Amino acid sequence: MAVEAVFRREYGRCVATLIRFLGDIDAAEEAVQDAFTAALARWPSDGQPLNPGAWIVTTARNRAIDRLRRESVRAERHAQAHLLYGAGARAGGDNAVAPEEETVPDDRLRLIFTCCHPALNQPAQIALTLRLLGGLETPEIARAFLVPEATMAQRIVRAKRKIRNTRVPYRVPAEAELPARLKPVLAVVYLIFNEGYAATTDSLMRLDLCAEAIRLARVLAELMPDEPEPQGLLGLLLLLHARSAARVTADGSLVRLADQDRRLWNRSLIAEGQAIVRACVQRGRPGPYQIQAAINAVHCVAPSFASTDWHAILTLYDQLHALTPTPVVALNRAVALAEVRGPAAGLAAVDDLHSSGLDSYYLFHATRADLLRRLGRSTEAAAAYAAARALTANPVEQAFLDTQRASVSRPNPARRVPDQR
Amino acid sequence: MTQYLLALYRDYAVPIPPEQTQQVWADVNALGGKLTDAGAFVFQGGMQGGPESATVVRQSGGDFLITDGPYSETKEHLAGFWIISAADLDEALEWAKLTAAAQQRPIEVRPFFDGDLDAALDAASDAR
Repeated sequence: MAVEAVFRREYGRCVATLIRFLGDIDAAEEAVQDAFTAALARWPSDGQPLNPGAWIVTTARNRAIDRLRRESVRAERHAQAHLLYGAGARAGGDNAVAPEEETVPDDRLRLIFTCCHPALNQPAQIALTLRLLGGLETPEIARAFLVPEATMAQRIVRAKRKIRNTRVPYRVPAEAELPARLKPVLAVVYLIFNEGYAATTDSLMRLDLCAEAIRLARVLAELMPDEPEPQGLLGLLLLLHARSAARVTADGSLVRLADQDRRLWNRSLIAEGQAIVRACVQRGRPGPYQIQAAINAVHCVAPSFASTDWHAILTLYDQLHALTPTPVVALNRAVALAEVRGPAAGLAAVDDLHSSGLDSYYLFHATRADLLRRLGRSTEAAAAYAAARALTANPVEQAFLDTQRASVSRPNPARRVPDQR
Repeated sequence: MTQYLLALYRDYAVPIPPEQTQQVWADVNALGGKLTDAGAFVFQGGMQGGPESATVVRQSGGDFLITDGPYSETKEHLAGFWIISAADLDEALEWAKLTAAAQQRPIEVRPFFDGDLDAALDAASDAR
């Protein structure tokens, strides 16, 4: 395996361990980068060590110790930080001789809870998670989120400084706080995925965000086997990702669920996602991500849009709405309702949401437009498509809505169904 | 241990009903006891009067300019604060939750500067 591949796979784990050891994020990153530089110089001639991750951790630790010895002022500061973080007690005495096997499995878990601490704002949580756990470079993250590199660099610097200055602890939250602390962690991984998923035209880098989110979700599911929601999140992302090849045509235009060529769906991802959903159902501790995974599992087993088990989907949306009564969930529920009881019932449910703050959400108008069209109310449908068009900046969505709008202006519109991705 | 400021702001234009003041008074006293028992208490104080009680002193040339009124041009002004000692931010946030409940207001949590000049220079250059 090339050093680059080891870097992608092991960076988060190594940084997480070095932070515990050094009590400082910047020092840990520096040490791990030093170690990878050493690997680039040595592995091609010496051969790759059996356990490359452990080699990196040991080398990084030794280099960090050398650096601390050289820079006595900083050493004192790090020693202080180390004491303050209480890492010394956990590592069991003299860290300088701690064995390399000391990579405790929950180091990455500590790191993700630190990156997603509620004292940090969400853009900072996302950036730090991708940087520290994903091992992505700052310019890559900036490109992925379409912000200038300097902005992203400053976001990361500020977040690290807040962690250091306010003494955000480096630990996994206790059982009692876990549900509250898990929420931002899962939200960050979901948003990373969504950022990649929503960008249908952009570069491959954006698609990489989906893969990165799935990788992070796997880590969470693996490290917190007793928590059902990380499993649910992993299942959801796998099932969404399974359909990605069918979502966009060769020329880059959007294909709705109803019109997708289901032969393009990735069967092995679907099988994995479904197995997770089944395990969640057996466990019987439902949560929003598990229910969304279940909804997508129902879509994924349907041979066609028409033969989808809409009753099951509606029931799941009722459950989801009971747990998270947000207007967006209500909107999706209305789409399912339209399939079960017809477009008039769906439209009534959508129109009930008028005053709920969804007016600025393009999918609200797009959904209304489709239901109006199915009811033959072409003029109103065209107006709703125009309203939706004005509210999205995504050129693929815009092109899609333009086509839809043009089609309602023609006589005999083809039967269309609301957007469900 | 790090010292944290738990600051309390209020809009003095909005009056507080007397029952609420009594409840806050009792809850805040109880919280003071808890903080002391836990060894986390450092200092606590409430401001006398609203922003009209504030006076700003500015150095101006070789002299000082003294003006009436608060420094910050906001609706909400510092009404009181606690200084506590905590192991880390999570511990400080736990105390802040209790403080927010007792005071019936949002609480801003900030760590005290630890005297590290490098950190101070970092923070100062960041503004540029």
